[in-house]
Amino acid sequence: MVSKTFKSLLVATLSLVIVLFSNTSYARGPQEGNTGTPAKGESGPFDAGYTILHHIGDGYEFHFFSIGGNKVALPLPVILYSPQRGLSVFSGSHIVEGQPYQGYKLDDHVIVPLNEGGSVATDVKVYDLSLTRNVVQMLLAAFVLVWLMLSVAKKYKQGGFKTAPSGAQGFVEPVIVFLRDEVAVPNLGTNAIKFMPILLTIFFFILVNNIFGLIPGSANVTGNIAVTMVLALVSFVIIIFSSNKHYWEHIFWPPNVPVLVRLILIPVEIISNLFVKPAALCIRLFANMVAGHIVIVTFICLISYFLGSVPI
Amino acid sequence: MSPLFLELPALLTPGLGLFVWTLIAFLFVFFILKKFAWKPILETLQQREKHIADSIATADKVKAEMALLKSENEALMIQAREERSQMLKEAKETRDRIVAEAKEKAKSEASKIVADAQLAIEQQKNAAITEVKNQVGNLVLEVAEKVLRRELSNKAEQETYIKELSQDIKLN
Repeated sequence: MVSKTFKSLLVATLSLVIVLFSNTSYARGPQEGNTGTPAKGESGPFDAGYTILHHIGDGYEFHFFSIGGNKVALPLPVILYSPQRGLSVFSGSHIVEGQPYQGYKLDDHVIVPLNEGGSVATDVKVYDLSLTRNVVQMLLAAFVLVWLMLSVAKKYKQGGFKTAPSGAQGFVEPVIVFLRDEVAVPNLGTNAIKFMPILLTIFFFILVNNIFGLIPGSANVTGNIAVTMVLALVSFVIIIFSSNKHYWEHIFWPPNVPVLVRLILIPVEIISNLFVKPAALCIRLFANMVAGHIVIVTFICLISYFLGSVPI
Repeated sequence: MSPLFLELPALLTPGLGLFVWTLIAFLFVFFILKKFAWKPILETLQQREKHIADSIATADKVKAEMALLKSENEALMIQAREERSQMLKEAKETRDRIVAEAKEKAKSEASKIVADAQLAIEQQKNAAITEVKNQVGNLVLEVAEKVLRRELSNKAEQETYIKELSQDIKLN
């Protein structure tokens, strides 16, 4: 009874949030600003493709919702470093609408340097280290993860091994035990315990970021290729530095294989183990997350479109 | 041209800022959690598993010991029971023996007493007989004296007198 009431309440809240957020996406259509990009297109005021990619992409502000044209958003700091111009730090609110500020301009989700005349300066190199919404949400998730795990670890230290797990321990412990007994030990054997910290960190890092990404309107952290690339890179480095001689033997000189086959097999092994597998690790999470987001945003666009609330 | 088509490369291009921040955050999270979270948690889990395994092993051992103890106890009980019956039997025997001995002793005592008594009676009797004999002797002597005193006046009378006297002598 109570859970049913709670569920319907939750559905109502989520629907409201989704409707509010879907409204913001039309407000953020390409018709306002973003001049000079072919992406905004000439197809009219509402551009679903632009809206979707805006939603799954990065941004320089946390945009909560818009009511009657008034935007409720949290601007985030922009940190730019250019070898020619030095470091510049300013609020994201100065550039999000596409207006130039301090010689920079947001052009199609990318900050580009401008020269005196207002056109894009191609000779100036800019490194964008801004705390974008993905960064901020990822840092928030990381802090939540660290806080959660440290509090759980404290409980373990205090309670010792003779106390039954309680509270957050009850959530974390089965996951850790599952990862150890069903993932690490069957695949890594005797070395499993050595690799548990990195496995647990990657698992919980992705888990917490995915859970944060479930909140309507939040950033799409694990659906960004930079994040998955970091995770894949870390895994790749660990694979390279902890693999034993059998691994390298199978890559560079596969045993029990005829010489001619070996000639074909060696490049295949090198490409697959050293390039394809890390890249696949990187793309799998990214592509799944992006696909899910695209589907959700598309459906919301369709709902709004057929309900007629889209300002076309 | 579709905007989607043109935007895709941007989507697939990793941003430098996000890359750097993610790397920093991930490594930070990894090293913090490795040292302060995963180590104690995994250690505690391992300790708990070891403790449970040890406890089960100890319980099994104790159970086996208990079973052994129980059979030992049962054997002891049987032995004790046997000993008890043995002791009872022995006690009974001893009792019987003591009773028999007592009876025997009593019997011999009694017979001894009887014998003593008989002996005493015999002696008394003998003494009495002797005394009677003496008295008879005396009486005979007296009678003889009296007879002699009366002289042998008359033979018939004499004989009657003797008869009379002998009748008087009938003592025993």
